[in-house]
Amino acid sequence: MPSDPSRASAPAIRTSGLGLFASEVRVLFARRRTWALLAALAAVPVLIAIAIRLSSDGDARGGGPPFLGSITQNGLFVALTGLAVSIPLFLPLTIGVVAGDTIAGEANLGTLRYLLVAPVARVRLLIVKFAVAALFCFAATLTIVLAGTAIGAALFPVGPVPLLSGDTIGVGEYALRALLLAAYVAVSLLGLSAVGLFISTLTTVPVGAMAATIVLAAVSQILGALPQLEWLHPWLFSHHWFGFADLMRQPISFGTFGDNALLQLGYIAVFGALAYGRFATKDILS
Amino acid sequence: MPAPAASAHADEPKAAAGTLAIETRGLTKSFGHATVVRDLSLAVPRGSVFGFLGPNGSGKTTTIRMLLGLASPSGGDIRMLDAPMPDAGRSVLPRVGALVEGPAFYPFLSGRANLLRFDSGDRHADPATRSRRVDAALDRVGLTAAAGKKAHAYSLGMKQRLGIANALLTPRDLLILDEPSNGLDPQGTREVRGLIRSFADEGTTVFVSSHLLAEVEQMCTHIAVMSAGNLVTQGTLDELRASGSMRVRVHTPDPGEARAVLSRLGLSPDADERPDAAVAVARPAAASATAVAYPGAASAAVASASHRDTVVTADLPATAPPPEDISRALVTAGVRVRGFSVDGASLEERFVALTGEGFDVAQ
Repeated sequence: MPSDPSRASAPAIRTSGLGLFASEVRVLFARRRTWALLAALAAVPVLIAIAIRLSSDGDARGGGPPFLGSITQNGLFVALTGLAVSIPLFLPLTIGVVAGDTIAGEANLGTLRYLLVAPVARVRLLIVKFAVAALFCFAATLTIVLAGTAIGAALFPVGPVPLLSGDTIGVGEYALRALLLAAYVAVSLLGLSAVGLFISTLTTVPVGAMAATIVLAAVSQILGALPQLEWLHPWLFSHHWFGFADLMRQPISFGTFGDNALLQLGYIAVFGALAYGRFATKDILS
Repeated sequence: MPAPAASAHADEPKAAAGTLAIETRGLTKSFGHATVVRDLSLAVPRGSVFGFLGPNGSGKTTTIRMLLGLASPSGGDIRMLDAPMPDAGRSVLPRVGALVEGPAFYPFLSGRANLLRFDSGDRHADPATRSRRVDAALDRVGLTAAAGKKAHAYSLGMKQRLGIANALLTPRDLLILDEPSNGLDPQGTREVRGLIRSFADEGTTVFVSSHLLAEVEQMCTHIAVMSAGNLVTQGTLDELRASGSMRVRVHTPDPGEARAVLSRLGLSPDADERPDAAVAVARPAAASATAVAYPGAASAAVASASHRDTVVTADLPATAPPPEDISRALVTAGVRVRGFSVDGASLEERFVALTGEGFDVAQ
């Protein structure tokens, strides 16, 4: 170690926090697990498209998830169907894995103590961890849209897309709408990510935090399905999960998008504060 | 726990600010009803290689966690590099390299990528020189060839080296190394000792914890001994050795007379007369326990007379007459001497005497 003439005083801050964020992104995408999760999500629209292609001599209309019946006419609906199908289970599952792992995973590896003595301030670590979990939400929904669009275009005819309002949009505008839809669903999952981050500060067993997060996603949806608890529904983080229909109308309406974003922000604030309250003074003994 | 030895608390922090790299006062940590560290007052001088010694479970790692701000003290305060911890962690910790309770890495990243990752957490580390600094640290611990290997493929010894490399990413004023040679083969242990000496030569203060006395003895200038959460002694290695002093051993069939002579010379013979070879002598259990805890402080009372050959031992303080005078006095007094020897008490005997138990005792 070369000796430093300025050792007596505290060294100057040389970087913004972005270095850690970039490092965190690299760590996330260096894991095979992350790619397995994204591959599983990509498989959803692919399987749907293949299943429909193999049986599409008949008519697929009648029941099933949104947009399913329109796929044979237009391959671009594969992406939307894949997204809708993934919302209740697959997406919360993958988000639960990533968000539940944030702090508990580091604690489990023992790397948490080395990050904290590096030193990474605890608040900064929570913010960066949440930012990366949020990034994963967008990566996840984007993966479904891209895989769905690709397989849809490969197996079915592609053309102007009819909207729920009856209007028809071109392929270019469809791309924009599909990205908006992906963003809507990703934003829907931010509340769940915040819940997962909080749970992750409670334990050093990442699997426990992941499972608890996923269970809460299921609980929220079950409560949302009980009419007796209607007073509670607007407060559930899953309340707007299927509210993306507004984005498929002409003119486009961002009302639900805004309500959803506000609700998710509320969850981020509350569970972010809880995570901070728990983590800021926690003894790191792992 | 027996009362602390004479030197404990005699070296309470009294040096002026700036001369100590680490100073704790009354540092205490409790988990529920269990007090893991009790009223710890450490004084680690700048530039020292400070051995933090104690059996497993004596509170060393918990103390280190508190020093580094990973765990908050239940009581007392800490100053590290002249700033209060954990409050000043953001300015102090960049100048401190640490290995805490074994190395830990992302198994799916290469050794080099792991170091890059930890370095990116330090906002005081210059990203422009990151790659070069990481390579220099890897080179210093001899891991250049394995830098590209995934960490999960590393042996325990390689992980240990990588952990030390992680502590060397930027120039440090203080290195806190918890059991640095754990898992290393003898050659690796020697290398680590060499590394620690070279850090000290560069002016870095090294605080190294260990349960292996021999290791500490070979590289440290200062030492603190923990036992069951209490500091039992601290000071320079020479002070600890001196407090253990030399011991005189007299093999004789006349233990009573030998004791009397030794006492007359100002020595304090130990209470227990050890039977020579395999001759068993029944001793009161209480006397035996005392003798283990205080080898030098026992009374000179003559135990039940045994007419067999026994060994009378006594500490030989600096004020004692030279050994040749003692042997002459014994012979002159008519004590039949079969053997006479003067041994330096090994530090290990001192350590066992201070901690009152063997190594590797899980508590």
